[in-house]
Amino acid sequence: MAAFLLADGSLVSLALKAIFVENILLAFFLGMCSYLAVSKRVDTAIGLGIAVIFVETITCPANWCIENYILAEGALSWAGMPETDLTYLRLIFYIGVIAAMVQIVEMAIDKFSPALYNSLGIFLPLIAVNCAILGASLFSAERSYTLVESTVFGFGSGIGWMLAIVSMAAIRQKLRTAHVPAPLRGLGITFIVTGLIAMAFMTFSGIQL
Amino acid sequence: MTSTVDAPVDAPVEKPPLFGKAEKRAVLDPLVDDNPIALQALGICSALAVTLKVSPTLIMCLAVIVVLTASNTIISMLRNYIPHKIRIIVMLTVISSLVTLVDICLKAFAYDLSKSLSVFIALIVTNCIVMGRAEAFAMGNPPWRSFLDGLGNALGYSWILIVVGVSRELFGAGQLMGAQIIPESWYAVNGGWFVNNGLMVLAPGAFIMIGIVIWIQRAITGFSEAH
Repeated sequence: MAAFLLADGSLVSLALKAIFVENILLAFFLGMCSYLAVSKRVDTAIGLGIAVIFVETITCPANWCIENYILAEGALSWAGMPETDLTYLRLIFYIGVIAAMVQIVEMAIDKFSPALYNSLGIFLPLIAVNCAILGASLFSAERSYTLVESTVFGFGSGIGWMLAIVSMAAIRQKLRTAHVPAPLRGLGITFIVTGLIAMAFMTFSGIQL
Repeated sequence: MTSTVDAPVDAPVEKPPLFGKAEKRAVLDPLVDDNPIALQALGICSALAVTLKVSPTLIMCLAVIVVLTASNTIISMLRNYIPHKIRIIVMLTVISSLVTLVDICLKAFAYDLSKSLSVFIALIVTNCIVMGRAEAFAMGNPPWRSFLDGLGNALGYSWILIVVGVSRELFGAGQLMGAQIIPESWYAVNGGWFVNNGLMVLAPGAFIMIGIVIWIQRAITGFSEAH
């Protein structure tokens, strides 16, 4: 069973790869803006991380369906238009789906957890322009994943992003008491620490999945 | 109409000159004192991802300059017609149309480079610089000034990218634009002192390099964040 789960190309190995080996933030640099801005406190980082996982797990398969049933070359053959190629509309469609999903998540959080809503503040709408989410959708289109694979990939990259932002927030809480040179404070030291975290994550790349 | 002009720029009440003080500041401020990457922390993702070599960096800078100036100008022209509540969607539509145009042009004229940039041209849509300037500047300023603000921010973004790109390619591979810069005789295998720094080619090198660039930039401008 274990061998089946960890076989090359299986879903578990795809998810583990998205979380550790090809971490969307530490290896592909996606989602840096909100990572830098919201990683000052652990609890807000966890809240935003969960929101990103949720949005990414929904948008990846949603965009997969749009790609394969509307946009790709010949995808409209079910509607009797086998020669249409709408791939140039990809970005507008993807970003529309993401913006709509973010709006829904925003309303849901506002209803069920006003405290989290207030602490996330401006950054909730900004998930719409979080490149980690658009990036995951574009990567799954580029690598031609199946529907299930792209869902797993979206979920995995969301978890990977949350892992990175939560560990960074924990480090920054400790850094507050450290004597960092004035010009390096804030953004500069955050980058250098991120570099060190990325170096640590590179050790995962030796794992055979 | 004076209320549409936002705080960061001194609002001229009389007919503004074509290239007055406010226009000059719109272009020059983002280069050093208010740099989008080093001080506003916008547009970091692509700054890290495309700077492995100099030539994709230049293409990326060019793409951002085109998209940012065009989107700022267009959104500024539309600013009085965009309903406040749906402005994000309107901006995203304008920006993603522009990015699609740039992407298609790149595929037509520089296919190999566009392949090597992978999804990162498409990701200009979510580059926070474009959104951030549209929201913070173009929504409250006339087109000409917004155009200059877009140009200034794009150039401020570009020079940091080029510095990072040059140092990563030079120290990581001893090359610039694919041409060998460090002479073969300097290499340690030939009895010299130079060894390619493998870290620069990898992700951590990008993070650390940009951290150092920000450090230098802030040490020069004297800016420092509170804890």
